[in-house]
Amino acid sequence: MMRRSHVFAALGLIVLILMPMLTDAIGQASLLSLVTRALIYGIAAASLNLVLGYGGMVSFGHAAFFGIGGYVVGILFQNFSDETLFLGLFPGTNQMLITVPLAMLVAGVLAAMIGALALRTGGVQFIMITMAFAQMLFFLFVSLKVYGGEDGIIIRKVNELPLLNMKDKATLYWVVLAVTVAFFLGLRQVINSSFGAVLAGIRQNERRMAALGIPVFRYKLYAFVLSGMGAGLAGAMMANAMRFASPDMLHWMKSGELMIMVILGGVGTLLGPFFGAGALLVLESTLSSWTEHWQLALGLILLVLVLGTKGGLMALIGKVWARK
Amino acid sequence: MILFLEQLLNGLQFGVMLFLLAAGLTLIFGIMGVINLAHGSLYMIGAYAGTWVAAETGSFWLGIPAALAAAALTGFAIEALVIRRLYARDHLDQVLATFGLILIFNQGITLIFGRQPLFTKLPAAFDGSVEILPGLPYPTYRLLIIAAGLLVALGLYLLINRTRVGMLVRAGATNREMVRALGVDIRLLYTAVFGLGALLAGLAGIMAAPILAVQVGMGEQILLATFVVVVIGGVGSIRGAFVAGLLLGVADTLLRAFLPGLLRQLMTGPEADALGIGIASIGIYLLMVIVLLVRPKGLFAVGS
Amino acid sequence: MKKLLTAASLLALTSLPGFADPVKIGMITTLSGPPGYLGEQIRDGFMLAVEAEGGKLGGVPVEVVVEDDGLKPGNGLQIADKFMNEDGIKLITGIVFSNVAGATVPEIVDNDAIYISPNAAPSSLAGADCNPNYFVVSWQNDALHEASGVAAKKLGYKTAVALAPNYQAGKDAIAGFEREFGGQVTEIFTSLDQTDFAPEMAQIRAANPDVVFQFHPGGLGITFLKQYQQAGLLGQIPMVLSEPSLDGVILGAVGDAAIGIKGTTHWAADFDNAASQEMVAAWTAKYPDRPITTYAQQSYDTAKLIASAFAKTGGVDDMDALRAALKSADFTSTRGNFAFGVNQHPVQDWYLTEVVAGAGGKPEVKTLEKLRENVGDIYAAECKM
Repeated sequence: MMRRSHVFAALGLIVLILMPMLTDAIGQASLLSLVTRALIYGIAAASLNLVLGYGGMVSFGHAAFFGIGGYVVGILFQNFSDETLFLGLFPGTNQMLITVPLAMLVAGVLAAMIGALALRTGGVQFIMITMAFAQMLFFLFVSLKVYGGEDGIIIRKVNELPLLNMKDKATLYWVVLAVTVAFFLGLRQVINSSFGAVLAGIRQNERRMAALGIPVFRYKLYAFVLSGMGAGLAGAMMANAMRFASPDMLHWMKSGELMIMVILGGVGTLLGPFFGAGALLVLESTLSSWTEHWQLALGLILLVLVLGTKGGLMALIGKVWARK
Repeated sequence: MILFLEQLLNGLQFGVMLFLLAAGLTLIFGIMGVINLAHGSLYMIGAYAGTWVAAETGSFWLGIPAALAAAALTGFAIEALVIRRLYARDHLDQVLATFGLILIFNQGITLIFGRQPLFTKLPAAFDGSVEILPGLPYPTYRLLIIAAGLLVALGLYLLINRTRVGMLVRAGATNREMVRALGVDIRLLYTAVFGLGALLAGLAGIMAAPILAVQVGMGEQILLATFVVVVIGGVGSIRGAFVAGLLLGVADTLLRAFLPGLLRQLMTGPEADALGIGIASIGIYLLMVIVLLVRPKGLFAVGS
Repeated sequence: MKKLLTAASLLALTSLPGFADPVKIGMITTLSGPPGYLGEQIRDGFMLAVEAEGGKLGGVPVEVVVEDDGLKPGNGLQIADKFMNEDGIKLITGIVFSNVAGATVPEIVDNDAIYISPNAAPSSLAGADCNPNYFVVSWQNDALHEASGVAAKKLGYKTAVALAPNYQAGKDAIAGFEREFGGQVTEIFTSLDQTDFAPEMAQIRAANPDVVFQFHPGGLGITFLKQYQQAGLLGQIPMVLSEPSLDGVILGAVGDAAIGIKGTTHWAADFDNAASQEMVAAWTAKYPDRPITTYAQQSYDTAKLIASAFAKTGGVDDMDALRAALKSADFTSTRGNFAFGVNQHPVQDWYLTEVVAGAGGKPEVKTLEKLRENVGDIYAAECKM
């Protein structure tokens, strides 16, 4: 069983690495940018899943971290191209080695602030309070005229990496893929670590963990910050892939979309969020090219999936797997 | 002073609308434990069905029963076909399923009524305004909304505190498992509660139709504020929904109306405006954060 | 992948057996959600021009491929990518909203395809970032609201209350109005997700200005006008609006609440030039239940512009020739005067209109007079092209 899953993982990775050639060969070059976006959304959804699936904290405000990641890249680029200083202090940059870590840092700090307040509540109150913080950030950026307001920031040129031609779609894709794989391995490490075990313990029975002398609040906050950083990473990569950052990335509908991806793929599974992100994007793209009433079809498919499977796509895959 | 009174009335009217929507949502949530994102769709269906019947028959008053019936029937259908299969499931599955329902209803309405917003005529008797105080004319229709909302609140109060069904509802909100264990036909109760929630959403829809834009997606625009009311009031508490609805309506209205002006007197320049508008638009969220930090379960927490 | 084949393209295919493949034109627009009617108007306005020529534009058979962006910038970008890379489309149009345009247009023009905007014209693409592959047939935001300022001044008003949502386009609207109005203005900002304008109505009544200017597109505008009437302000305090707050669909949804309101526009359905009359007649015949709006007119003009270029170039094979042909704007616009400025945004006239009770009891827009002539936009100066 273990062996077979390893073979499948290797096969999957090879397909992903060869994706630019494959999409070229079948004459669907735009599929590559779809896969690029799916990987990035996968990172965001998997980050959300760390708190939602493993930690039992249903955050409805992860768009805040996703969006702030995007805006860090956008704002730095705008200051770079205008040769102005951010807040009159810092110069901008277009170097990905600076922008992306900085985006994660900013998202992490934001997550620490929001988490410190939001984690005082639980259950549905936690859902709503995280949403409220994200909405506040949304309204802040909508009214920030310097950075495009509602129209967003156009990032005319994608961030640069040394030695690479990032303008090339395939190169950008491979960079995103490398980031995704690194993120995935890191996430797996976290979940399989003792930290992950404690987190799962807190989800199952918070009181018992507290009785065992574990500082529950601090553990939850760590997880929340890590998760926020992951979403910030995704936002920064998305701003690069789309060369655009806008308040749309911060809207509560985006938080909802990330949540849908997690649930669709499988809550509390490692790969689920990636499948969920891919499935949702492919469905949207394919259905909307078939009919202008694609939302009706999408709604029906989601409904059938959730009624027919328990545990999303991963559960479905598991069933098929077991039957073999 | 007269301006302040008028704004207070405006806040009251907005609060009553929020209450009508939140009352159903908080019951469904508190008693059935179901997160129903499609509650806004029921509001939209009420508005469309009511407007259509009103336009066909020429009478706004005939639109009201039509709106109630359409919303309640849709509610029953949703409950029987979708929600009933999800009681035992995770909240998150309910989120995904009801999100799917939103997409289906929005596109369904587009297919039936087209993409153009509909026109709803005010009933002739409530077309104008009445001078409730010297120098304070107020739209009659808004007074009607306030009256209807208060009546519904009274009705719900009596239903919940004075009837057997109400007793079950209260018991269900406090301890769901216990009610089931006592041999109550919980399924019937759930269907009734869901239907009642849908009915109230439909009523809110048709009441709002003459003053808002009747368009696809109108439910999602008010859904968030409704959830905020439910959470501030305390999940499962009708009283909480009433107090929180009015509180939020009044706070939102007064912030929008007076904060920019107040700040302009304290500070100078465009910063005052920017800050004032900023705080006003995030006002309801800020209020919720503050309430939850002080009372993590809301103002009128049930079962604690 | 199966494509959405429109009736006209089928017509083109069947009526021209054996001829060369039709030229594909991509249309990315918003068809779902509350603003879905805007995309519908844009699509149908464009198709009206294509159908009038029997599936051709400028004698060249065309196939219009339409996809819904769902008001998501990412979806717009994805569709553009697919149009260009898989369908080999060189000419794209249709975007309704600035934020979708912001994500999508740079990708299109960088891939050496041409984008012609029938509506969205963000200022970020009008100035230093102007591009030879980017044309705007509608209008630039600032010019639009300046016209309302001119109108209010001309009508002799001295004090005004100006209202708009607290976002970029809203702030631009109020700034544009103030620039030309010159009188005393009280600014009130609303919120994009607002459903109740009662607080603002009370503030307007308290301020008691000579005139109210407000910019609330789509559903917000409907709500605002309804509540303005219900608050008893209609008829007491006059109102001047820019065209997106007063389109035919909004008029239909607010009913009598709009009568007496003054508007400014670059086009109205009662224009007496032949091109406009032909378009309005064709629309009324095809869609008797739906009013024609400026969105449809802008899109119709876009199609006519493409037709004029195709008549010279015969298609999209020579892109340089196509750009030159488009730039010359050698077509009869339904709005009369039309030319492109340096930044390939329109230089056009603006008109004062009034909403009056129409023949069938429904309110109609009546053109009163020309306000400004040959107006471009303030960003053109920054464009080095």
